[in-house]
Formats: sequence, structure tokens, C-alpha cells
Amino acid sequence: MSELSGWGRYPVVDAPERVSEDFESATAGAALSRGLGRSYGDASLPRSGGDVVANSRRADRLLAFDPATGVVRAEAGLSLRELNRIFLPRGFASPVSPGTQYVTLGGMVASDVHGGNHHVAGTFGEHVRSLRMRVADGRVLEVSEASEPELFRATLGGMGLTGHLLEVEVALERIPSPWIYQESRRVRDLDELVESLLDASRTWPFTKTWFDSTKRGPTMGRGICIVGRWAEPGEAPAQAPELRERISVPIDPPFSLVNGLTVPPFNSLWFHKHGARLRAGVVHPRAFFWPLDDIRHWNRLYGSRGFAQYQCILPIEGGDTRVVRRFFGAMTRRGCPSPVSVMKDCGPEGRGMISFPRPGISIAVDVPLRGAKTQALVDALNEIVLEAGGRIYLSKDSLTRADHFRAMEPRLPGWNQVRRKWDPEGKLRSALSVRLLGDDA
Amino acid sequence: MKVVFFGATRGMGRALARLMAERGDALFLLGRDALDLARSAKDLELRGAAGSVGTAECDLLEPAGFEPALARAHEELGGFDTVVLTAGLFAPQDALEADTELCQSLLAADFTNTVLFCEAARKSLLARGGGRLCVFSSVAGERGRKPVILYGAAKAGLSHYLEGLDHKFRARGLVTVTVKPGFVRTGMTEGLTPPPFAGEPEAVARQVLRALDRGRPVVYAPPIWSLVMLAIRSLPRFAMRRIGF
Repeated sequence: MSELSGWGRYPVVDAPERVSEDFESATAGAALSRGLGRSYGDASLPRSGGDVVANSRRADRLLAFDPATGVVRAEAGLSLRELNRIFLPRGFASPVSPGTQYVTLGGMVASDVHGGNHHVAGTFGEHVRSLRMRVADGRVLEVSEASEPELFRATLGGMGLTGHLLEVEVALERIPSPWIYQESRRVRDLDELVESLLDASRTWPFTKTWFDSTKRGPTMGRGICIVGRWAEPGEAPAQAPELRERISVPIDPPFSLVNGLTVPPFNSLWFHKHGARLRAGVVHPRAFFWPLDDIRHWNRLYGSRGFAQYQCILPIEGGDTRVVRRFFGAMTRRGCPSPVSVMKDCGPEGRGMISFPRPGISIAVDVPLRGAKTQALVDALNEIVLEAGGRIYLSKDSLTRADHFRAMEPRLPGWNQVRRKWDPEGKLRSALSVRLLGDDA
Repeated sequence: MKVVFFGATRGMGRALARLMAERGDALFLLGRDALDLARSAKDLELRGAAGSVGTAECDLLEPAGFEPALARAHEELGGFDTVVLTAGLFAPQDALEADTELCQSLLAADFTNTVLFCEAARKSLLARGGGRLCVFSSVAGERGRKPVILYGAAKAGLSHYLEGLDHKFRARGLVTVTVKPGFVRTGMTEGLTPPPFAGEPEAVARQVLRALDRGRPVVYAPPIWSLVMLAIRSLPRFAMRRIGF
């Protein structure tokens, strides 16, 4: 038995975990598989009470690569970090990068991750060519748009609930250099924040904004708009960037260092440190895509009680961004001491039947867990999301109520139908599917 | 380097073989399962191994296969200068006490047959004027200890043999490197509670490769285990009898 939790360290489940290089055998009879455990809540956790979870992190071999097309095939436990280490110097990058490199290919498929280029590149799933899966009846199948379109689309973003991902084949993007040309500028308030983001996405391949979640009144939504593109060989350093961690949080502090007292000054410092002028230059890809990867075990900053990340997407029909203001109003009124707060615009929906992104504004915040207060914040935010026709990101969630989730997801019955077709006995399930999807507890 | 690698599909062997591939060494893999070998060979090729990575089936429990497998490696690599063995069996002491057959297999694999493999490898290397032989033993062989009596006995014998080999043949160009890993988080130790100073296979692999390049005869990995074992070796018997380590 192992004590398992996601990156937010809440909830914690005591369950048998099988970790083996022979991941394919390990998945036989397992109810769920997981990788590096970087989803925040309970998505990678088995239902407590005996369900076995298979861990893919030792199954990390490259199986094929075609430099002409960039198509790579690997075992599902290969991490994005390892992929970057091997392929960035060769002129190839993952077509989509989430906020950390410590995710496996299998996890990237199961969460159908998105990144700063969602408005042009879509989700990771858009670039996946084929999957090797163990489905609930024990068979191992090659699943693609051509062979099993329904299962394929249900699996992209399917939270590992349609089968165990054993191998992933995905097309990498050819890049001019492994460095990033970045521009950033400060924005004063929420209107400017949203406007700068939408404006930037018309011309830049990578866009995102950081904002100060603690400000109310006229400076609500102040932040920094960050845009970038792969640097041209002429402007980039000649050598490949090194991908090493710099510092580590060695122990659990006795209480959360991230709290209502520390976050406002931290956010102010971050905001003012940038300066009023436009900043531009070539930066390390880690600083651009995965800034928190510099700090090993950064989740420990929140203490042993853990934290929750909340991420939702709000549709902005016809450019009407008033819903974003309503959301910020509710968030700041209840108090949301989040040091890592990101807003990003998303492009069209992809192939994943239950994937998170859709056109609109995505907002992500990290909050320390403070019992009922945090639950009330999540409930209040979910009410707004529900009313706006938006949705939440399952890979981040630990606190959403089942009735809220079901009301937000008209796509759920269709996806469940496919799930049941491939798993009539309900063998595959997770703590998340029990909490939100009505699977047997 | 041109390396024959017995045990590159898993754990520390996988990590070490990858480092070799990434710096452009040529590799030939020996192991039990042809399909698994082929997948590891491809992985190493894609990570930068020189030329194509060949494989041959070879089982530590079947010593008759050692010489033919080394001959295949010789043929495909056009001669080799380094042999690495990370393969081995492990089982907890109580399982070995309860199952005589398992105990016999483990003792045969980790001592007799590993030595036989090294003898075959030694002859091949010496015939070509020497080279490097790197074998994974264990800190379990440093002292008779309650949790690893049988496994430790096999590894103690192996470490002894490897030391003698190094004394006798270093002058003739054959460098023997004995790796003594402490607790390393691999599939082999999965399910055991990691003690303090547990290591990761990638870090151990970096350390071993450095030692191999420099021809250091003994490597404790992670390095802190050399101090831990120094302390354990100097404990009086009455103290060893009391502790559970």
C-alpha cells in the first residue's frame, strides 16, 4: 500500500500501486493508471478500498522517431522533460506544453493538456496520431482516429477512464532553435488584462497572462502579459539550454507559507519588479513554459494540508467579457490568495469528447486549503462558471461538487455512453470518477 | 566504447546504458526476453548509440548460453572493450528461507553463474589485450546481516571474486569495476520501504560511468553508502546481533 496524492496533496488515498518497467503487465487488472502524479486533485488516484493503480513512470522508452515528419512513438511513461532533453537540441519540440515538464505522455493524453499556444495549436490530442491501450476487458489495442475513432476521441481528455495508455504516437513540431523570444508588459487592470491577451493572440503563437488575484477595486486584474515565439537561430545562443532544477523546498513548513498575509506583498513585488516598460529578449524555454520547474517540491510551500488549484473556462460570446469581471468580483470578494494566477484565451474545441478547452477565457489560481472557506470559494466560482456556460478542468480539480459538474457538462452522457460500451462492468474508475461521475464508491 | 551489456532493459542497467548511448558508445544487449531487448535497443539507438544496437537472448540461469552470446556480441560489434553486468535476482530473506527452489536459483544466478559469465567475458577481453569489466554486486555483501543473509552471501562471494580478478589482471590491461549499490529506487526494490540515503538509478548511473571511465575498482552508490558500510563493518558482533539492519 502507498499513500498517494496529486500535486495539491489533497486528497490522500492509501492504495496498492504497481510501479514497473513492464507497465503493460502492471495494467492487467488495474482500475486506473497514473504517471508522475502532477494532476492536482484526485484524477490520478484510485478509488480507496482495494483498487489497484498502475504507475507508468518507469515505462519510458522511445520506440520510434522519424526526423522527416517529427512523429515520435514512446512508452506512455516518458516525461515531457525527457522528451525535451532529447529532442530540443535536435530541433523538435512537443507541439503543446503544459505548465510543467513533469508530466508523462500518457498524462498529457489523459488530460488532453493545453498550453500558451492553444489559440493556434489546440490541445495535445490534436497532434496525437495513435495510442496503444489496454481496454477494460484486458485486450491491448492500437487506437487511432482510423481504427477506433469513438474510443480515440473519448480517450483524449478522458482522464484515463477509457483504458490504460501504454504507448503514445505524436507529431512533434520542428523549431528554429530551442530558445524562446519573449516580450512582456505590465497591465493596469482587468480590462487591459483581457484586451492585451486577446490582442496578443492575434499575432503571437504563445500568449498568457499572470495576474494579481488579491487586488480589488480599480487595480483588480492588474498583471503581466507575456508573449513569445521560438527564437530564430540568429538571435538564440548557440548551445542548447540545460534543463536542471535549481532549488528545492526540502521540508514541509509547519503551516502554509502561501497565505493571506504573504501573497499580497509577493504579488505586488512580482508586479512592480517587472517595471513599467516593455521587456523583450531571448529566454530559456524553462523560464517561459515551466517557470515553477525550477523549484523542486514547490507544492511543499503550502504545508502538509496541501492546496487546491482551480481552473475554469468562461465563454466570451461576441467578445462580451463582463462574465470575467463577475468572476473576478466573486473571487476577490471571498479572498483568493493565489501566487500563481494565470489567464489564457483558448481557441476552438478539439477532438476530445470531454476535453477541457473551448473558446473563451481560461483562469487558473492556486489556493491553500482552508477548509470550508476554500470549498465556499470553489462553489461560488462554479456557480458563475455554470451560469456562463463554461466548464472546469478535471486535472486541476479536487473540490467541485458532482451536481455542479454534471450541470456544466452536457457532453457527459455522450462520453459516458462510449465509456460504458468499452467497459460495461465499470472496471476502470478513479477517486475522481467516484466523486464526480457517479461511479460505484 | 564498445559495450556488451547484460541487464540494460531495467533499473540501474537501463539508466547506465542510456548514458552510454547518449555519448555515442556502441552497445550490444544481452537479456532474457527478445521483445523487451528489441525495445530497449531501439530506445538506445534513438538516444544516440553508435550504429544499430544488437541483441541476443541470454539467461543468467542458463550458463551454457554465455559463450555463444558473447561470441554474437563480438561478431556484431566487431570486437568489444567493455562488458557490463547489472542483471541479477533479488528476493527478501523470508521468501528465500521459505522456498528452497527460489533460494537455489538466486544463489546460482547471483554467484555461480555471474562468476561464470565474468570468466567468459574476462577471457574474451584478455584475448584482445584487456578492457573493462563492470559488475553490479551490492552493499549487502559487506557484512552478514539479518535482512539479507542469503542474497548478501551470494554478493559477498561475488565481490570477493571481482576483487581478486582486479588484483590479478589489472597489470595485463583488464580493469574490473565492482559496483556496490546501497538502496536504489528501482523495480527490484519496489514495495520495500526506502531507508535514508536511498538513491535514484540515474544518479547512480552517472557515478558508475565516471568510475568506469577512470578505472576505479570499487564504487559505492550513492557515495554516502561507503560511510554507512564503514560503520556497519566496524560494528562488533554483539551490536550486529541486536540491530535489525
